[in-house]
Formats: sequence, C-alpha cells, structure tokens
Amino acid sequence: MFKIVVCVKQVPDTAGGVKFKADGTLDRGAMLAIMNPDDKAGLEAALRIKEKDPENVKVTLLTMGLPKAEDVLIEGIAMGADDALLVTDRVLGGADTWATSSTIAGALKNMEYDLIITGRQAIDGDTAQVGPQIAEHLAIPTISYAKEINCDTENKTVEVKRLFDDGYMMVKAQLPALVTCLAELNEPRYMTPGRIFYALDHKDELITVWGRANLDVDDSNIGLKGSPTKIAKASDKVAKGKGTTVTPESPADAADYILNVLTDKHVI
Amino acid sequence: MIEKNLEEYKGIAIYAQQVDGKLSNIALELLGKARELANDLDDKTVTAVLIGENVGGLTDELAKYGADRVVVIDDPELKDYRTEPYTQALAGYINEFKPEIVLVGATAIGRDLGPRTSARVETGLTADCTVLEIGDFPLVAAPGTEQKHKQLLMTRPAFGGNTIATIACPDHRPQMATVRPGVMQKIAPIADAKAEVINWKPALEKNNCYVEIEKVVKEVSNVADIAEAKILVSGGRGVGSAENFKLLDDLAEVLHGTVSCSRAVVDNGWKPKELQVGQTGKTVRPHVYFAIGISGAIQHVAGMEESDIIIAINKDETAPIFDVADYGIVGDLNKIVPLLTDKIKTALASKNA
Repeated sequence: MFKIVVCVKQVPDTAGGVKFKADGTLDRGAMLAIMNPDDKAGLEAALRIKEKDPENVKVTLLTMGLPKAEDVLIEGIAMGADDALLVTDRVLGGADTWATSSTIAGALKNMEYDLIITGRQAIDGDTAQVGPQIAEHLAIPTISYAKEINCDTENKTVEVKRLFDDGYMMVKAQLPALVTCLAELNEPRYMTPGRIFYALDHKDELITVWGRANLDVDDSNIGLKGSPTKIAKASDKVAKGKGTTVTPESPADAADYILNVLTDKHVI
Repeated sequence: MIEKNLEEYKGIAIYAQQVDGKLSNIALELLGKARELANDLDDKTVTAVLIGENVGGLTDELAKYGADRVVVIDDPELKDYRTEPYTQALAGYINEFKPEIVLVGATAIGRDLGPRTSARVETGLTADCTVLEIGDFPLVAAPGTEQKHKQLLMTRPAFGGNTIATIACPDHRPQMATVRPGVMQKIAPIADAKAEVINWKPALEKNNCYVEIEKVVKEVSNVADIAEAKILVSGGRGVGSAENFKLLDDLAEVLHGTVSCSRAVVDNGWKPKELQVGQTGKTVRPHVYFAIGISGAIQHVAGMEESDIIIAINKDETAPIFDVADYGIVGDLNKIVPLLTDKIKTALASKNA
C-alpha cells in the first residue's frame, strides 16, 4: 500500500471580507472556517495520485487544531480521502512554527507514509514554514512551491515542478519526501453527496483523535512553552492617517489639482 | 531544543542570495537594514554569507552595499539552489561563526532555505517581516520577568495583512527572520569599499535529502520591475479593459513612470502577474503611487501603503483607497487621466523651453 499523508489546517476565511468587533479587533467567530486553500490543492493532488491506482494508494488527512477542526477532516473525506487523524490537546496550544512542526512530525513518526503533502502556507499565518520544518524534523527531502506533482508509486519517487521567482525547475526526489504545494496547482473537486453522508455517518471510525500521549515529541518542543518565538505585541492594523479627498467640479479642475500636487512636491 | 550559550553569538549576518552568479536585489536590501541594525548592537560587524559555485566575484558588490565581511561558500554542489546542500552550507556557517542575527529574503528560495535552516540549528524564525528593530523584550518591563535588551524585534503582517504582530526570539540564537523583498532600503553604494573575505568550506554530506535537478527553466520576462520604479501609475478594475490601460500607459510615459495594477486586473487577464501590487503580488514603495480605479482592498493596500505620496482617482467616494491616499480625487478617470497627461506635457514643455 502506497501511503500519502496530507496535512491540512482549518483557517478563517478572509476572502469574504474580514469582520471586526466593535473594539476594532478581529472577530474570528464571525468568519467562516474553511480548509486552507493551498492544503485543499494538496489534497486534490493526492486524490489524483490515488485515482490512478485506487486499490493500492491510501490518502490520510492530518490536522492539528481545536476539536472543531474535525469539520475540515469530514470535508476532506467527503472529497475522497480514506481516513483522517486529528491531533488535539490543550498543551499544544500557542505553538509557533517550530512547535507546530515538531508536534506534527511527532504524529508522523508514529504513522506510516511514503509521501507527505502540505500546502505552501496558511492564509491566517502566511509563514510557509511548517512544511519545510516538518520535513527537517523527519530528516526527509522537501520540495517547496509545487506547481505540478508526478508520483511514481512503484519506484517510490516524486517529480515536481518547483516554482522560483524567475522560472521553475523539474526536481526529482526519492520517497519518503514532503512536497508543499500552491493553490494554483489544480482545481480541487467538490464533495459528493454520497461521500458527505458516508463521512458524517462513519466519522467516529474514520477520524482518529490523538492527544499529547500519542506523539513522539519532547515536552520542550510543544505548545507555547516550546515556541522559541514570542509575541511582543499584536494589533489589528491601523490605517495610516487619512489625507485629503476632494470632489472637483470638472475633470479639468481635477487634473489641475493633481498637477499642482506634482509641482508642489517637485515631481515635475 | 538544544541549550546554547547565547553570549557566544555576535554580529549580524545576511544570506546574500544569488541566482546564476547575479546577486538578487534582496541581498542588498538586507545589507542596508543590517547596517542600520548594527548601530544598536555591541558587535557591529555585518557579514554577508554568499553560497554558490564560482561566486567569489560578487564580494566587492556586497562590500559596496555595506558588508564588512563576506563568508564565501563555494562548491560545485551549490551551483543551482537545492534545499539540502544550501541548508548544510548556511546551517554550517551559523554553527561555526555564531551570528546573533541572521536575515534571509522572503523569496521563493529564502522561504524554503530559512525554515529548513532554522529548524536544523534549532532556533525560531519569523516569516516575511516588514519592520526590524533592536529593542527590549518584553517591550515594557514587568515585575518578576527579566527584560532582555538589544533583542531583534520582528514585525510582520498576518491574516492577509489585517493584523500585525511584533515577535522576538529572546532565549535562542541566532534570531532569524525572513524579510519581504522591496521593503528595506539599500544604502547608497560606497565606491571602492572592500570587505574581509573568508573562503570557508564546510563538508557537504550527500544524504537522502539531496534531490535531482532534471531541468532548469528560466522564464525571463521583459516586463518592468515595479519594485524598482520611482513613479507607479497603477490601475484597477475601474479602468474597465485592457485597451483602456492606454490612458495609464500615456500618463506613465510623460512622468517616466511604470504601469502596475491590482489583483483584479491580473485575474481579468488585462496585465501580467509581474505587474501586480499587493499581498499576493509585489510590495512597492515608490515616490509617487497613482491608484487609478482601484478600490483599495486591504490586500492591495498592504503592498503600497509605504509609498511616499499616494494619489487616488476613483468615482466612488466611499472607496477605501481614499483612507490611505494622501490626495484623493473623486471623479471619472476616463476624463481626468487624459487631461492630466496633456497638462503635464504642457507644463514640462514650458519648463524646458
């Protein structure tokens, strides 16, 4: 059996507009929780590998989060994943990328895998660090920024189109390896009604829940205490001071107004 | 995490990213920032770490932009960027030379090399920073907790630019950050500057993490680099069509500026992705930024709000772009922009007459 583990994260949806509370802080509760887009593309990539040999490829989802992160696992199973693992424990909270990647690697050390797929980055943190750091903790190759994934499940190799700022490389790695992928990789499929009912009806058998005790990781590397980076200050972004807005009588007045600004500021 | 003697870590280092023997702009931007931060540190040495094959010729340029010392790691295995040998090189440098701060560009290379290296040397890494300062942690002294001085304070946006956090790495070394390209300023080059050059060769171990490069494809674009432009004439959905960008092209031409755009324009296929400003595009800080027919979504603003002068033209007076514009003009861009172009032409002609 060829085993693919896809790491997914439940994130607040920022695309439909961001909601703020009366005091100006972010209202996470009012925003929809979704499967992170880059991760969803990763799941789709895994499902396409499985489609080529459904009997011999198994796709397992892995997430770390609050118990309600179960929702994205149900969604993933409804898309076609075989089963899922939810890592949840109070002691894991407040983790930075080092502690998060150590924790997820701690779960993976107790799992079987040939290929691990993660999203490049999550839309809430935007760090792109957890994928490469998981691979480092497991001492396996990483290929980041995948735009295309070709997996040879028999010879256990993966070939990836790896994007750079000035082009791309075709890169081949021996498995096990970890690939981080971009949302642009593919167009993820929809859940099917049949799979939705299947996932909901069987979620207790399909979703395994692990706590701290199930993880192969040192206490010094988990949670807030195991996070080398500390938050000194966090705030919602304050818009810079508003300038002047004018509504000129005519387009000519508007053009003159701008011309004056450019002259005053010695732009022309 | 392994315990380290924090006192041993001194000075500030930057990863001098090069591709095909050419230094990336970010390398020079990081040097500019490192020079500034060094003023507030005890050890003011700024080191550039240069990794590649046959890259020794780049040391003078690094010196010119502020490097006191260049550590060159030159090896045929390092010809093209690959995660593992580059991680061995950079992590090897850190363990041998023990810098207290390491800055890496938040590029498609740095965002792969940074996390892998920080995990290998067992320290924290803050992603995609836009502000770096030296200061106290915690910011305000609190009874019962030790306040550490001269810490690297790393500020970064998160949540698609909706929130902002300042982060420190007080108990581990080095303090590592990846830094967003286009945000930090290069210094004015110092002619004839020379740096101390150290050729250093770590033993690269060819292990299971090495990958095979089958093909390298450069997609060289002939599109202008908007991050370098002094004047940007940027258009959004309100411009209406690819053809109508002609109005902006004309304005940019008389001002010797460059045309850029918002995400909606790229999504509509009116302009290439390379010209996109914003969270998922490029960060720019030109002297003058024209936002024409751009509503000003927070993701766009995140990429241009540091511009010196922001001039916005939009027919919707409630458009959020007016909250960040220094000069906002409510009106029809189709009428205003061509008139403005003509008036600038006339003004320049009479000035030069």
